[in-house]
Amino acid sequence: MSGSSSARALIRGIRVLDRPAPAGPIACTMAFGWRALLKIKYVPEQMFDVLVTPIMFTVMFTYLFGGALAGSTGDYLQYLLPGILAQTVVFTSIYTGVTLNGDLSKGVYDRFKSLPIWAPAPLVGAMLGDILRYTGASLIVVLIGLLLGYRPEQGVVGVLLSLVLLNIFGFGLGWIFTVLGLLLRTPGAVMTLSWLVLMPLTFVSNIYVDPATMPDLVQTLVALNPVSHLVSAIRGAMVGELVAFSLGIALVTPALLTLTFGLLAMRLYHRKH
Amino acid sequence: MDSTPDFAIETRGLRKAFGSTLAVRGIDLQVKRGSVYGLLGPNGAGKTTTVRMLSTLLPPSGGEARILGHDLVHQAEQVRARISLTGQFASVDEDLSGRENLTLLARLQGFSWLGGRVRADTLLKAFDLQDAARRQVKTYSGGMRRRLDIAASLIVTPDLLFLDEPTTGLDPRSRNQVWDIVRGLVDDGTTVLLTTQYLEEADQLAERIAVIDQGAVIAEGTSRELKASIGSNVLHLQLNDPTQREQAQLILAGHLDSLVHLEADPASLTVQLSDSSEATRALAELPQAGIGLSSFSMGQPSLDEVFLALTGHTVSPQKDPEEAPQ
Repeated sequence: MSGSSSARALIRGIRVLDRPAPAGPIACTMAFGWRALLKIKYVPEQMFDVLVTPIMFTVMFTYLFGGALAGSTGDYLQYLLPGILAQTVVFTSIYTGVTLNGDLSKGVYDRFKSLPIWAPAPLVGAMLGDILRYTGASLIVVLIGLLLGYRPEQGVVGVLLSLVLLNIFGFGLGWIFTVLGLLLRTPGAVMTLSWLVLMPLTFVSNIYVDPATMPDLVQTLVALNPVSHLVSAIRGAMVGELVAFSLGIALVTPALLTLTFGLLAMRLYHRKH
Repeated sequence: MDSTPDFAIETRGLRKAFGSTLAVRGIDLQVKRGSVYGLLGPNGAGKTTTVRMLSTLLPPSGGEARILGHDLVHQAEQVRARISLTGQFASVDEDLSGRENLTLLARLQGFSWLGGRVRADTLLKAFDLQDAARRQVKTYSGGMRRRLDIAASLIVTPDLLFLDEPTTGLDPRSRNQVWDIVRGLVDDGTTVLLTTQYLEEADQLAERIAVIDQGAVIAEGTSRELKASIGSNVLHLQLNDPTQREQAQLILAGHLDSLVHLEADPASLTVQLSDSSEATRALAELPQAGIGLSSFSMGQPSLDEVFLALTGHTVSPQKDPEEAPQ
């Protein structure tokens, strides 16, 4: 019985007499955000393609299409860079779903769900971690742009405002991929299906070329695509000519996505896992 | 004190259906506060599903349950504040270090960053994990992982702890450590509901045991009661010559009013005696027929034998999709 009596002493020693008040929604979300950062700390390679892909796209598009589309690579870069920023964040938001899908298969979610915490905290916290990805990737694009000759007329203010818009948009868009992450079986399936969503969302837009030369139908589609308005808002922010309508769409879209896909994600999270 | 019910868990007709399959088909349980209660059954019996319902992870399809006086469905939040769950598969994050796991969970339960870290270190030391504190959990051995998992359930001392197959896959030394921890917890006033497919584990730890098979409780009581319910005594016989076993079985079944089982060992038989005086008769009959005994012993039936008598089959591992997570 000596084993048992030392076990008793052990348990006595770790008993918590004063239960702390449960953590609030913000504290819980921040804690899960910290968890997301720790994951990046242990697997820094996962940041590699997030950071390298945008460099590739910026350099490639500028030198491939610049001369043909805008007469010079310098002029084209001035048009393209805000678009590449949007494309980068939209592409990066896929990771929300892919990472979540792999994560959910772990037993630790059982523990999270049996804790008296704000239920959406694990999902929202993970998306806060994604903000680091968006910001990192966006800053790389801006840096490469500056090296290649891009000049934002509004300077640092324009860049900062763009970053805020990009992060809000990425957060809202992330809910779509969170839903896919909850619905599908494997991270690979999430990746595949997400690209099917992303391709039209990025290419049928004003990211790469002025839609004025496109057929009417495509012009209409581009005008309906919220990504186009995000790009217009960023272009406006960079040169100091913000269009209220585009800015509005760029902000309302993520809010609506959060309301619809966010709520759907919560339902799926509770039902399936 | 708020109204303290006598039972930590009380369920009536608790059911869970997955599509058209009934994983749990009406379970009634009464688990006294401060006790260890064992759910014993083979893989796929519905143990994990029951624990997942009782720990608010799965909504029941029917029936009622009160946990520590709170309604399981309508007061899930109050229930969660007072229970902890250590799941069948490690319910810690393998990518994080032990210390980060505990700090995160402490933070989620209201500790400050600093307080959470202190709490994590206290637990790591108590569970002999301080040397591995900064290593990723995926590098831990099975026993270390289990200890961390249990430590994670004790960040805030729970009133009720669910342990789903806490020693499955552990070596004997780690298993004994877990058993000691469970005993310590119960001495300290925590109620423990544990599931196990090891009869010895239920026998060692649990005050009362519910035997579960195919989603239903088929027997309930203390281990002594369960053993008594299938006959007070068991006579184990070991023959000199295995080829005489069938003959011995016939003789015993013919002369005694008792059940005779053939054991896995080809030279041995077990007789469930309805009356212990039958033992002497049995021992007298066999030598008369020329059957030599190398040894015999009297004893209470093992829970293995209890299970066999109750279900008609032994505790054999069989995979059931319902027992898997999600």
